[in-house]
Amino acid sequence: MTVKYTKDHEWVRIEGDVGTVGVTDFAQQQLGDVVFVELPEAGRELTLGGEAAVVESVKAASDVFAPVSGTVTESNGALVEEPSMVNSAAETDGWFFKLTLSSPSELDDLMDADAYKAYVEGLH
Amino acid sequence: MNNQGRPTAIPAPTSAAGDTVTGNRGLRIEEPLIFEQDSPGRCGVDLPALPDVGLRLGPVKPRGSIGLPGLSEPQVVRHYTRLSQKNYAIDAGLYPLGSCTMKHNPRLNEKMARLPGFADVHPLQPESTVQGALALMDELAHWLKALTGMPAVTLAPAAGAHGEMAGMMAIRAALEHRGEGARKRVLVPESAHGTNPATAAAIGYSVDPIPATAEGRVDLEALKAKLGPDVAAIMLTNPNTCGLFERDIIAIAEVVHAAGAFFYCDGANFNAIVGRVMPAELGIDAMHINLHKTFSTPHGGGGPGSGPVVFSAALAPFVPVPYVRKDGDRFVLVEREGEGGTAYGRMKAFHGQMGMFVRALSYMLSHGADGLWQASGDAVLNANYLMARLNDVMTAPFEGPCMHECLFDDRFLKGTGVSTLDIAKALIDEGFHPMTMYFPLVVHGALLIEPTETESKDALDQFVTALRALAERAKTGDAAWFQAAPRFTPRRRLDETAAARKPVLRWAPEPERLEAAE
Repeated sequence: MTVKYTKDHEWVRIEGDVGTVGVTDFAQQQLGDVVFVELPEAGRELTLGGEAAVVESVKAASDVFAPVSGTVTESNGALVEEPSMVNSAAETDGWFFKLTLSSPSELDDLMDADAYKAYVEGLH
Repeated sequence: MNNQGRPTAIPAPTSAAGDTVTGNRGLRIEEPLIFEQDSPGRCGVDLPALPDVGLRLGPVKPRGSIGLPGLSEPQVVRHYTRLSQKNYAIDAGLYPLGSCTMKHNPRLNEKMARLPGFADVHPLQPESTVQGALALMDELAHWLKALTGMPAVTLAPAAGAHGEMAGMMAIRAALEHRGEGARKRVLVPESAHGTNPATAAAIGYSVDPIPATAEGRVDLEALKAKLGPDVAAIMLTNPNTCGLFERDIIAIAEVVHAAGAFFYCDGANFNAIVGRVMPAELGIDAMHINLHKTFSTPHGGGGPGSGPVVFSAALAPFVPVPYVRKDGDRFVLVEREGEGGTAYGRMKAFHGQMGMFVRALSYMLSHGADGLWQASGDAVLNANYLMARLNDVMTAPFEGPCMHECLFDDRFLKGTGVSTLDIAKALIDEGFHPMTMYFPLVVHGALLIEPTETESKDALDQFVTALRALAERAKTGDAAWFQAAPRFTPRRRLDETAAARKPVLRWAPEPERLEAAE
């Protein structure tokens, strides 16, 4: 199991050909209290970098982009009911959706945990 | 707890109320909701009993009473007077919301708008009885065309975003007219107003963002790279929402036109340049003008907006109806599609916000061309004065000079535990309406301040003194003090998160509220 990160602060956890996607703890800190999420429906085809979900906080609304291409298999219904999980558990129970990867080689261009940590530290 | 035993009272730690028996503080009254003051059967006037005329609703039956509260006339008068005293408005003090342009509404405008010949007309009156009102609309249209150098205008749109829609629909009509309806992409810089991408999306375009440069302006090279045969238009805000003039605007217009696309300019910030910049000379095809910002008609709860749009010669044939045309010595309203050629229809049932037209023209005529020139200059001077007086204790993301609003980010708060929101709340305690917060999004923890030309140097100095003191206090690491603000408001810090997550949008009697909770 590996976890990869994007410059737009999404994470994707890989198990076989299934990726679980969410936003990083850094992203939720920047957003502030999340009040609404809109998730893609199962069956939707996502392309790398395309808009996949929407997350809205008291401060701002942001798009969540697909970190890899694939077909959505499931979205986290519990998150729609309780958007605060993005704040309390961004990288665990606060996952957004799962997808079947169509081009796993795209993962090579994403950052690992150490590289992402260094990237975030460079932002401020 | 107030004298009505209101169950929704905020518990002691979050209440600003002191230790009085009534919960009132001085002459500031702890006012219950009007429904909580209901005394069934009480009425402002004695009405005779209703004659029994039976129901005339056909098969529809009323389910019961509509639940209007019973109050006497003085109770109602006091209720709404007390509520109005809790309100904060430009008439009460400095209201420095960025991009909202809360400026003084001259009382002369109000006097003119109340003239019965303008105030008491009906849009369905025969033209012969409203010649004065039509002449006023024609005169206003003339001023807007003269101030922008553009050959055509529609007065109909109800406000800024509605104006954007009117302009973009004219662009769509022009593209379809020349057989290029397949152009479906609209470019919107990150420094544009948030309504711009919303407008493009609302009428069916896909939105493609253009990044900003490190100077907070449109990245011209990135724009060139995004242009193509599928681009319908660019929507640019100038001065942009960072309070900066888009210096490359002429080059932008040239490359956009060379690509066969149209140039929509969001003119909401026209108040910074009116009398000084001629939009026609910048290559703009359509631009809305917020009468409620640039020309001082009230808004922000005080009155309806009004967003006329000016058009270039290329778009003039597609101006929506209705508009006023002078026919000999008579004014006529052109109301039907076809009469004007290729108009795509109408934006409103009637002719636009008549009351705002009167106020805006009153502002224009009382200022004159030189007065409008002076007003935009003073607005920019005031913003730059604030920038200069605050720059050493706060942090500006982009180098000045700015236009009509000055922008700071939250770098000056780094490591203090104090946020932009905390500064805004503390500013309320000092008696000022906060600036715009967390917008524009391109800046971290933005504080966007627009003082307008209304404020005197004395008023600006008071504001600066308060804001400097807060910035310096934040740097001493007094985060807990800030997080407890505001202290002197009718309610303390409200739980904005809970309000967004679990909004209560309708009052209900206590038993129903309890049921709903179960």
